[in-house]
Amino acid sequence: MKYIDEFRDGELARRIGNRIAAETNTGRRYNLMEFCGGHTHAISRYGVADLLPDAVRMIHGPGCPVCVLPIGRVDLAIRLALDHHVILCTYGDCLRIPASNNLSLLKAKAQGGDVRMIYSPADALTLAQAHPSREVVFFAIGFETTTPPTALVIQQAARLGLTNFTVLCNHVLTPAAITAILESPEVKELGSVPLDGFVGPAHVSTVIGSQPYEAFARDYRKPVVIAGFEPLDVMQAILMLVRQLNEGRAEVENEFSRAVTRTGNLKAQALMTDVFELREYFEWRGLGDIPHSALRIRPRYATYDAEHRFALQTRRVADNKACECGAILRGVKHPRDCKAFGTVCTPESPIGSCMVSSEGACAAYYSYGRFKDVPIVAHAGTVASVAEASQTTGSTSPSACSAA
Amino acid sequence: MCLALPVLVVQLLDDDRAVVDLGGIRKEISLALLDGVAVGEYVILHVGYALSRLDPAEAQRTLALFAQVGIAAVPQSAAAASTSTSASEASATQTAHSAAALNASAP
Repeated sequence: MKYIDEFRDGELARRIGNRIAAETNTGRRYNLMEFCGGHTHAISRYGVADLLPDAVRMIHGPGCPVCVLPIGRVDLAIRLALDHHVILCTYGDCLRIPASNNLSLLKAKAQGGDVRMIYSPADALTLAQAHPSREVVFFAIGFETTTPPTALVIQQAARLGLTNFTVLCNHVLTPAAITAILESPEVKELGSVPLDGFVGPAHVSTVIGSQPYEAFARDYRKPVVIAGFEPLDVMQAILMLVRQLNEGRAEVENEFSRAVTRTGNLKAQALMTDVFELREYFEWRGLGDIPHSALRIRPRYATYDAEHRFALQTRRVADNKACECGAILRGVKHPRDCKAFGTVCTPESPIGSCMVSSEGACAAYYSYGRFKDVPIVAHAGTVASVAEASQTTGSTSPSACSAA
Repeated sequence: MCLALPVLVVQLLDDDRAVVDLGGIRKEISLALLDGVAVGEYVILHVGYALSRLDPAEAQRTLALFAQVGIAAVPQSAAAASTSTSASEASATQTAHSAAALNASAP
């Protein structure tokens, strides 16, 4: 497919990898965070990490809306489906998020709740028109990429005068989350999470532009390179970050210039401003309460706000004790550090949210990398001797493993 | 979640709607977030809405940049350090890894 295949060329990826290796031969380390789940997924799926030299460490960021959604919000949606008997519409990613009482939206559906998976917010509006006697609630989640379509359907519902359509809004903001990471004690004071630069969001930036990241380069001296979600985009962005760090620069650069401008999509921004306003604070799984990090529906659209219509109150619910999602989302821990990972917590039956979405750090590692770090043990009858096996572990490009 | 794909606009419809083509698959989408999109342009599609245009000249420039990095001389030592495993070595490691995977997943 045009504008996709060209950005997945394996030979070019290897060459860019070689260039990164050549330019990181400086004795220092490069700790880079990819903020987006889309990048986390691309890095795991295409074996990007295996093409990088040891000096480059990729830290997975919290830019996966499913992963950062607190349990209390999912509980609200489940109660709407089971107690208020609404038609609850949401994106497929949200259906398996584990919530209180061992429930998820999918299990609520099994218990008789009318939960519908939709592709587009427009589908929710269509459902509301088709079922005028039922309450239809759209459980909206996502960063700035997904927010403008939600704003549009709220405006549309108002224009159509629908009385049975509401939105349970969980839209969150990227720059606020990056600030929270940079201000976190692990990064700011303790230094336990060294962070030298960011691979900046792809599609979020098509909406908000590259301008909002300029403060991170200026005030925190962290370079940001906005990158597309294809593997060559990610590799090129890493090379650009390495060059900035080598030259002592901290700037916002745009690798995804084919779709991102400095100002972004002004029409979409105006729409969001018309429909939404900032919440004073919002709870993020793993990051806690972050001020001004999420959106709620403005009072003039209160008729379309499910929190208003059903007088909903969000309850705080603690994560499963065994789950390390919080620390993983802050870059403090790796999925392999979690005892639940791959044992009781799998994509089929997730305990923590990072295992739910394919963009979550745990799901990506489970699907594409979990055998990479397993020590090779030779048993009688196998061909490889222990010595040979340990040699191969050292030199393997684990992409061989993901290809297997 | 933020997944989006470049699609080709093939037909404009009423109410800011359009038919797009993605590798032979045709779908009706909304252009309500963009102004003045024309047939033949590529747009980035997310949950049924075009979020931005795709600039073909910029795409070409980025691809040229990749090619340039690829051609640039790579010191032998660096190349050797990262990915100079020969084909036979690679297949051997693959076998070893698969074996390890089987051992690990066995109870």
